[in-house]
Amino acid sequence: MQATKPPDPPRPAAGGSARRVAALVRKELLQILRDPSSILIAGILPLLLLFLFGYGVSLDLKNVAVCVVVETPTPEASSFAASFVHSRFFAMREVRDRRACEADLVAGRIKGIVALPAPYSARAARGESSPIEVLVDGSDPNTAGLVQNYALGLWRTWLSQEQVSNAGAAAAPVTLVPRFWYNPAHESAQFLLPGLVAVNMTLIGTLLTALVMAREWERGTMEALMSTPIGTIELLAGKLAPYFLLGMAAMALSVGSAVLVFDVPFRGSFMALSAISAVFLLCMLAFGLLVSTLARNQFVASQAALIVGFLPAIMLSGFLFEISSMPAPIRILTYIMPARYFVPSLQTLFLVGDIAAILVPNGLAMAAITIVLLIAVGRVTRLRLD
Amino acid sequence: MVRRILFLIVKEFLAVWRDPRSRAILVVPPIVQLLIFSFAMTQEVKEVRMAVLNRDLGVQSRELIERFAGSPYFASVLPVAGDTAAHATLDAADVLLILEIGEDFSRDLAAARPAQVQVLLDGRRSNAAQIVEGYAEQIVEVYNQDRLAEKGGPLPSSVLVSRAWFNPNLTSRWSTVPGLIGALTMLLGMVVTALSVARERELGTFEQLLVSPLRPLEILVGKAVPAFLIGIGEASAILAIAVFGLHVPFIGSLALLYAGMTVYLAAVIGVGLFISSLVSTQQQAILGAFTFFAPAILLSGFVTPVENMPDWLEPLTLVDPMRYFTVISRGVFLKAMPAGEVMQNLWPMALIAAFTLSAAALQFGRRLR
Repeated sequence: MQATKPPDPPRPAAGGSARRVAALVRKELLQILRDPSSILIAGILPLLLLFLFGYGVSLDLKNVAVCVVVETPTPEASSFAASFVHSRFFAMREVRDRRACEADLVAGRIKGIVALPAPYSARAARGESSPIEVLVDGSDPNTAGLVQNYALGLWRTWLSQEQVSNAGAAAAPVTLVPRFWYNPAHESAQFLLPGLVAVNMTLIGTLLTALVMAREWERGTMEALMSTPIGTIELLAGKLAPYFLLGMAAMALSVGSAVLVFDVPFRGSFMALSAISAVFLLCMLAFGLLVSTLARNQFVASQAALIVGFLPAIMLSGFLFEISSMPAPIRILTYIMPARYFVPSLQTLFLVGDIAAILVPNGLAMAAITIVLLIAVGRVTRLRLD
Repeated sequence: MVRRILFLIVKEFLAVWRDPRSRAILVVPPIVQLLIFSFAMTQEVKEVRMAVLNRDLGVQSRELIERFAGSPYFASVLPVAGDTAAHATLDAADVLLILEIGEDFSRDLAAARPAQVQVLLDGRRSNAAQIVEGYAEQIVEVYNQDRLAEKGGPLPSSVLVSRAWFNPNLTSRWSTVPGLIGALTMLLGMVVTALSVARERELGTFEQLLVSPLRPLEILVGKAVPAFLIGIGEASAILAIAVFGLHVPFIGSLALLYAGMTVYLAAVIGVGLFISSLVSTQQQAILGAFTFFAPAILLSGFVTPVENMPDWLEPLTLVDPMRYFTVISRGVFLKAMPAGEVMQNLWPMALIAAFTLSAAALQFGRRLR
């Protein structure tokens, strides 16, 4: 960077700047409308991803295949096995011998084995507790944990029913009544879809500018633009404005489908959503601009957009994975990822409402990143010009 | 003919290796991604912040709260005074769970009436909330057992003992790292096939290849073999880091894993070359590669189980090579999966590889004419 700025070339008139930007915006808009790939990125791709992932990425267990081993069929054992038949979470198969389904656990065809050991009835008659064993497939830890929880829940319900039917057995002194706020049926789609909208916007924002701008650098049309009397800021404004409009349209499309097709409630205000999305989109566009200006070819720009933009938006944003459980160095890394602020904002806007305590700090953090990125873009672009 | 292909293979290697930028893209991101994602991709919930809304004045409620505070799962227990304060902390996501104890709790317990406590969970993070609910259930369960034992009353007829096979502590990393081998190899395979051919096409160097005496099939082999070798090399590096650096247990057969890797890479390279045979610009190649690999990774069972998908979507995953490789990789790493089971997941990938590679060869041949 030079310490002293070279004098600007003479500008025609005060109103010229706005006119130049307007002309550039018009040119860019025409270019977008005539280039099918921008429409593809902003229109088709987000819908495709939202639908595929909205249905495909789910943490809700259904029909989990389990094997119930009843070594000696007794009334208690069969009534416990029956509670697995009636549960909507499990699809169970009853066997007499555990060895019959251990290979299935290795192959991944079942997720767990529930074993009622042989002396069960004898011990129960003597009034002792007999152990019921739940073996889960730890190669998928999240599912394994949920299967354990559901099995525990089934067992507890079964136990209290048994106690009602044969009085005298001990009732559990304390029962826990869980209530899930904001998402009473605890459907994963309700919190995953707002996150998916954020992932979508990351992708659209960075791909739009990264690819399209890198192509201009590659083809030399960027140099042609720079040789016109337009200034750096005007150039950036002119480049960002049309993609901003396109990105906001894609955002509306994504939010609309989340609400209308996937029945995710929207409890926040339209104003707050627009404001926070605008900040995030600007941030992504600025990031895409920076990448394309630095890389100046589509190959590297697309790689960078993916590796620094898309993948962290999935992995480091709290959309699927718990940021608070990550080791400290990675938790610190998440603070520079804009998606980390956008995902909780969207989840709150969709499921809770306008909660200032969440929206304001997250919005400010994204705004700060945006400003840093825009300044960097301005400097790099000017450097390229010299 | 063999010599011609060999020359092409050497040329391809040099082309990738001489360009410092593409060399960097092949080596640096996969390693960095492996290290970051293997620690980041965790659905474990640790050190949960919780709040307590206690309306009870008795000793029993304090004892129960002590148990939550003493549990390794909960990092801090924040007392809140009333409904409004409780709402606000949950709204602002300060806590994941609020334990609400009614005013009759101690009285009910003393009178041996069944007592109830409520947990309010943040449904915004419904997966984490369900896991934490499980922790809370466990704490209450132990509390109940201790109380019953103290009083010397009759014990419940059974106890539930849970164990996890293959991964006793349910460590996320043990399952994500074997999956990441597939994901990172796919990303790399796409880059060295789909994107690089498209770039050559835009630069015009691909046309030069086409007018050389090489036949389309030979060009295909010349493109596939270096990509394959680079992929195997990278997968081996990731494997070594996984086992020696990240200490993921590997109890199965290395030969079976390499068999799986070979067929998987062939399928991935087949898809990449097929995409590159269809497109004419880099932008189309990038979009094409992306539309393939983003769903291929996310719907493979690597991130969320295939079984959770709706029934109509599941068949789509049958054409996803990563679906099969994830099963093989996790199986061989953690479960010492036998050869028969590996085979069952191998042949669908072989089918995908055969189909895409021959389709790419046909399409290259058609372009030539």
